Amino acid sequence: MKEERSREVAERRINLILSRHILAKIRAHVEGAYPEEACGGLLGLVRDERAIEVADAVSLANAREEERRRRYLIGPGAVVELERRAEAANVQVVGYYHSHPDAAPVPSAFDREHAWPWYIYLIVSVENGRMARAEAWRLADDRRGFISLLVGDENRATIGTQDR
Amino acid sequence: MKTISVIVPTPLRQYTEGRDKIEVEAGTVAQALGQLTSRHSALRRHLYTEDGSLRSFVNIYLNDEDIRYLEDGEETGVGDGDEIRIVPSIAGGAATVLGADQVELSRDEIRRYARHIIMPEVGLEGQKKLKQARVLLIGAGGLGSPASLYLAAAGVGTIGLVDFDVVDYSNLQRQIIHGTGDVGRSKLASARERLLDINPEITVERHEVRLLSDNAMEILKDYDIIVDGTDNFPTRYLVNDACVLLGKPNVYGSIFRFEGQVSVFYAREGPCYRCLFREPPPPGLVPSCAEGGVLGVLPGIVGTMQANETVKLILGQGEPLIGRLLLFDSLRMKFRELRLRKDPDCPICGENPTIHELIDYEAFCGVTEAALEQQGLQGQVPTITATDLKARLDAGDPIRIIDVREPHEWNICNLETAELIPLASLPGQMNGLDSTEDIVVLCRSGARSARAVRLLQEAGFRRAYNLTGGLLAWSDEVDPSMPKY
Repeated sequence: MKEERSREVAERRINLILSRHILAKIRAHVEGAYPEEACGGLLGLVRDERAIEVADAVSLANAREEERRRRYLIGPGAVVELERRAEAANVQVVGYYHSHPDAAPVPSAFDREHAWPWYIYLIVSVENGRMARAEAWRLADDRRGFISLLVGDENRATIGTQDR
Repeated sequence: MKTISVIVPTPLRQYTEGRDKIEVEAGTVAQALGQLTSRHSALRRHLYTEDGSLRSFVNIYLNDEDIRYLEDGEETGVGDGDEIRIVPSIAGGAATVLGADQVELSRDEIRRYARHIIMPEVGLEGQKKLKQARVLLIGAGGLGSPASLYLAAAGVGTIGLVDFDVVDYSNLQRQIIHGTGDVGRSKLASARERLLDINPEITVERHEVRLLSDNAMEILKDYDIIVDGTDNFPTRYLVNDACVLLGKPNVYGSIFRFEGQVSVFYAREGPCYRCLFREPPPPGLVPSCAEGGVLGVLPGIVGTMQANETVKLILGQGEPLIGRLLLFDSLRMKFRELRLRKDPDCPICGENPTIHELIDYEAFCGVTEAALEQQGLQGQVPTITATDLKARLDAGDPIRIIDVREPHEWNICNLETAELIPLASLPGQMNGLDSTEDIVVLCRSGARSARAVRLLQEAGFRRAYNLTGGLLAWSDEVDPSMPKY
């Protein structure tokens, strides 16, 4: 039990490094899609177990046909295409981002139900059309919850709440 | 049997020792996946639901064909050299509808919660959120009793309780979840029975352990909201820190004598307990309820306010007590509200946190040191046991007995031949004592009287003794009719 706990604590301290200009790109996308949910892929590099650097954010179409204000879907075709694109650029698909229009950037039970392990889920809250907060999460091994990651910019300064 | 390969996507490679391609022998797609998950069992929970069907976001391709569109689906036969590819689809969405597609309310439940459901602020949607919520209460005592009773009645689907105590007579004055017949039973067994009697639709999870740095993360991580009803500083800091590290809201309540406090510490949106109290008070400065007493109704008021805040957080309605500390004075019947600010230098939720994992909270709160000091003190001063004191009194030895408790404690029980000199007034009254006499000093448990004997020693009294275990020991060893408090 102790081992698991220290591993969890260690995982929590993983930094997601997200430069200001990539965050701005995500912002433009999610604000443009408001009040619907927007989603996209995160391409990047796993520097080591403690730091994952996002090299690019790729906006993807929300494949949901209904309930688009509170649901998003990226189909397998888009995932495969994104992986090819990552491979060509010598990076990896490290995770995905999506917006929560007028809701906290905290994973919902629906997010948990559908989450993959290892991938980073960056959730951005959009309040009244403006991006409010960005938080990063990773599914816990037992699928019962998410672990919160620290999000830092290129200088490793914490970001996420200053855009409120 | 054919030899085929299964292509594993990046997120699952941690379960296949990093390999992206696994060779298996199988006749059908289902057999191939079965082989894969029996060899790498941790894959199973990510690919299959608990009832054994493929998760909706897991796509299986056989040579670039989605098997969902093949006539035989998972039973499709495979040939040598075929390739099975596991392809993720990515889905999710905001929490606002999390109830809608996952839980349903039965007719009985709709009838039970009718007074909730007819309010637009709750409605069917809100009641489903309550049903889906998982709330953990730390302590099934004064605060945990009313809080859990109302949360159970309100239809919070899963209630976790952490406690390791048994019900004592002295609990019944305020811990209304337990009854007289429960004295001696485990608090969790008693509480669970009562909660399920109020509402059999819910699940009550028991954690019959002392919450410690070793187990707190493990226990807390599975809940959405934590309700802190602890009665001591080490556990309070432990709960706060674990909630900050896990990103969970902590619905805080505390009580003492006639006063209570309530707040919601949620580091993602506002301050945490450490922003308010960076460090605990020195041990002994703030007495516990066991030492200082508490009005029985008070935890009822504070605990139900905690339940109120918890329900609001689940529903996403109203203004939560985040960033506000509510102070309640039951004697004056007044509420006051303090604005709390997030401390940018907070060691755990500030801009540059220095605490990244749980620490030793007993040591942090100085409890260990204080206990050792107390033990040391009680070990250092001369003592006499209750049995020996009784024997000497019966033999007619001239002994002066000083009771250093407070007057209202004296009224509960006392030794007839004792004199009352409360500890605080002892230094001023020492000149009335004779250092050539044998003096026995007593209090309730032997702690205060040890300090008194130390004071007497320092003033030159060589024949002062501490009654080991105080009046509690007297009641146990000599006179069972003496009430214990």
